[in-house]
Amino acid sequence: MFGLIDCNNFYASCERVFNPALNGKPIVVLSNNDGCVIARSTEAKILGIPMGEPAYKLKELIEGNQVTVFSSNYVLYGDMSHRVMTTISEFAPEMEIYSIDEAFLLLEGFQHIDMKTYGKKVVRTVTRNTGIPVSMGIAPTKTLAKAANRFAKKYPNYKGVCVIDTDEKRGKALKLLDIGDVWGIGRQYATKLRYYSVNTAWDFTQRTKSWVRHTMGVTGERTWLELRGTPCIEMDRSTTKKSICTSRSFGERLTELEPISEAIANFAANCAEKLRKQKSLTSVLLVFIHTNPHATNQPQYSNQKVIQLPVATNDTTELINFALQGLKSIFEKGYRYKKGGVIVSEIVPERPLQGNLFDTKDREKFNKVMTVMDNLNASYGKQKVKIAAQGFDRKWKLKNEKLSPCYTTKLEDILEIKAEK
Amino acid sequence: MLNTSKIASSATIDFYSANTSSELALPLIEGGIVAGFPSPAQDYIDLKIDLNKALISNPSSTFYGRVKGSSMQDAGILDGDILVIDKSLEPQDGDTAVCFIDGEFTIKYIKIDPDAVYLIPANSKFQPIKITEENNFCIWGVVTYSIKNHKRKG
Repeated sequence: MFGLIDCNNFYASCERVFNPALNGKPIVVLSNNDGCVIARSTEAKILGIPMGEPAYKLKELIEGNQVTVFSSNYVLYGDMSHRVMTTISEFAPEMEIYSIDEAFLLLEGFQHIDMKTYGKKVVRTVTRNTGIPVSMGIAPTKTLAKAANRFAKKYPNYKGVCVIDTDEKRGKALKLLDIGDVWGIGRQYATKLRYYSVNTAWDFTQRTKSWVRHTMGVTGERTWLELRGTPCIEMDRSTTKKSICTSRSFGERLTELEPISEAIANFAANCAEKLRKQKSLTSVLLVFIHTNPHATNQPQYSNQKVIQLPVATNDTTELINFALQGLKSIFEKGYRYKKGGVIVSEIVPERPLQGNLFDTKDREKFNKVMTVMDNLNASYGKQKVKIAAQGFDRKWKLKNEKLSPCYTTKLEDILEIKAEK
Repeated sequence: MLNTSKIASSATIDFYSANTSSELALPLIEGGIVAGFPSPAQDYIDLKIDLNKALISNPSSTFYGRVKGSSMQDAGILDGDILVIDKSLEPQDGDTAVCFIDGEFTIKYIKIDPDAVYLIPANSKFQPIKITEENNFCIWGVVTYSIKNHKRKG
């Protein structure tokens, strides 16, 4: 069985932990430079505030409904995410962090445990310990766990946990699940499938395997099998649209900053390459390292650093630079590191419009530099990374007028507790 | 509580070596504490106190807050003190807790009666507060430690 835990309206929930007066009130969080809406509380969704809408267009709606607006505080969200993930990790032997607010759990060897009770315990513990409300879906495959999670969120009666563990429940759920909401089926395929009268996940599972393979290839076939209860997608699969993760176990245990830097630089470069390949930019980078949690006789260490980038980018030099800065701030001597990685999130498509700032020539140069950088980095590693890092000297001032304090990471910003009444 | 080694004692203070691998660590000044004491620290040079580990048993649910005001002064919690708050602990009757009531965070003793919850100040100038359904109220976290700067001036 797999579990999927997802934070409810994560960014809005982070703000509410330190401002409980906002419970039940509409909240929106804006992207870098206070541009567009990137997160909404349930109340804001009900008001009809769309995702991705530029803030200036929403002025009346926001003022008329007393919507509280926040600039994105990724330092806070990153720290809260780390707390949520650490709490979740205590509940299962294997966890895969899927995005800043989602994680899969591998629930093997749980045959004698009542899944509903277990799920409720996870949800209750995470919510109490971190203040972030979460929902959990439990099912025989990841795709079904995703679906179960949707229902756990949608129907209050489930109290945050939905278990799909029988064919009957699976059938019921799939009939209620729109084809466009199935994990792994993008907008284009959803349109195509609707054309063939496949409107729900159930309709999809009723088609033959060969039809699915013919129409959608092996990826579609995998989704089809998963929806029918046959697990095909294992833990650690790291392709996702919301974030790109490059992480590996080191060939040998590493103890020094230098070789780890080299690895991290390569992970960052890899993320940049993937971003360029899919023509997108990232604005948040996370770097993490940890020791081997199973080597209980050795000192354990695990840490991560979230960095909000000054501008959305897919520039290898920039990403390496930030990743190494992050690594430096979390690296501790005296441990045998097993694994590290770089995750980029808040991915947005490259827009030609943004090129306005540069003339064509500059852009061309930029791209050339990138290609050269990638090649050098692949062949020479660290030395060239150094050159790249030196080339980076942009200082952009971010506009984030509605930024909440970094309650959890800065001593000057911690909560003020009144003792005045 | 501390997984470390006592290296010296006097009538009022025990000395431990301190862990400096973490930001809150306290290093012990080498060799200079008791004249003529044969340094027993040499064998235990790697054992250090890590205040993070000693004071924080649940890092992922621990938050800090800063006190403003004097309503808990008789509990030794004064204006400007830093609070270590653990959200994972189930609030017990008599705990010192950070509560959220009607729009602001406050620190009080909590008294849990079968029929009501009371917030009790530690300062005779302040009155206990009975929580009613009218209040927008939650117990946000249990205070496990308070940290004060004894050299702070003004």
